[in-house]
Amino acid sequence: MPLATTAPAASSPPSPPGDRPRPQSPGDLFLSFTVLALQGFGGVLAIVQREMVEKKRWLTADEFLEDWAVAQVMPGPNVVNLALMIGDRHFGLRGALAALAGILTVPLFVVLALAVLYAHYAADPRVAGALRGMGTVSGGLIAATGVKLVAPLRRHPLGFAAALGVAGAVFALIALFRLPLGWVLLAVGGASCAWTWRRIAP
Amino acid sequence: MTIALHWHDWLALLGQYMLLSLMSISGAITTVPDMHRYLVDQKGWLTAAQFNSSVAIAQAAPGPNVLFVGLMGWNVGLNAAGGIGAGPHAWLTGLLGLAITMTGILLPSSTLACLATRWAHRHRERRGVRAFKQGMAPVVVGLLVATGWVLAMGNAAPGRPAWPVWLLAAVTGFIVWRTRLHLLWLLGAGALLGALGLV
Repeated sequence: MPLATTAPAASSPPSPPGDRPRPQSPGDLFLSFTVLALQGFGGVLAIVQREMVEKKRWLTADEFLEDWAVAQVMPGPNVVNLALMIGDRHFGLRGALAALAGILTVPLFVVLALAVLYAHYAADPRVAGALRGMGTVSGGLIAATGVKLVAPLRRHPLGFAAALGVAGAVFALIALFRLPLGWVLLAVGGASCAWTWRRIAP
Repeated sequence: MTIALHWHDWLALLGQYMLLSLMSISGAITTVPDMHRYLVDQKGWLTAAQFNSSVAIAQAAPGPNVLFVGLMGWNVGLNAAGGIGAGPHAWLTGLLGLAITMTGILLPSSTLACLATRWAHRHRERRGVRAFKQGMAPVVVGLLVATGWVLAMGNAAPGRPAWPVWLLAAVTGFIVWRTRLHLLWLLGAGALLGALGLV
């Protein structure tokens, strides 16, 4: 399985050792996030995991899960929050702004160009079909990202089976029962955190 | 459509989006219903068609989904100038609208995200912080798979068989899971299958 899990045990905090790959400069952050954002059709999440964890290795799979959890419960777009967090960690405010600018600037102009083009070709059924096909693929991409991140759960304090149970419950409540995300996070997320809190007792 | 916008209207737009920013838990897409209420129903600054195409185009374009917010501001600006046919003036008010909505939706949430992350990083040894991060990890895994599911199934158009959508999403997921094939090839294949009417 091609997953870059060079992570320490899940119980140790994420403190990057010196020999870990990391962004060289705010300019590197800007470019990396621009390249990353331009690959993300229908959302950038699947790309973030592949670029940051598997290719650049700025984050381990464990760190990605933890950061994404924080990005998820904060207000604001998840991927933007994640970019801010990664940038801020390495270069403070300058890094955060560089990552933010990277993920937004060029894609913004691409979207504007598409909006102007769209007016001409909206009626063509092939265009609508292509959008549908790309949307379907991007759904598959994001789901696969979740499946890949099952591996780090093997070292979870709750045990692998219980962690899988939590993940399965969230999937069912959101995808099958279509419950509001806020309630699911509060109920299942809250229970999972409380249970973990008891397990990691010193 | 043509609308008249004064400086206090632009300010109101900024204020509304800053408010929505703080409410956008799990992404700006969750505040779409309220944006519709404000821009289309209450103020009449966008037509329903302009609103819907703003969301759809940003979904199809590369980049974070939040760009749909910028497109809404762009369209409000174009309307304020009397449409894109009005020339450079319309482009400028469009860019002004884009800057206002993007600043509004991002500034409060980004500030909060940076402050909270720094706090959590400083106190990362605390049992509560560790329990939160590790306790949320399996929740995130479930959410990712659910998001992919909901997105893929959203493409099963009424009056068409749903199984090609299922199959394409499942095959994509499997390829991404087991190989390192570049994701753009998969998106290109999806676009081709869709354009040929196979999905």
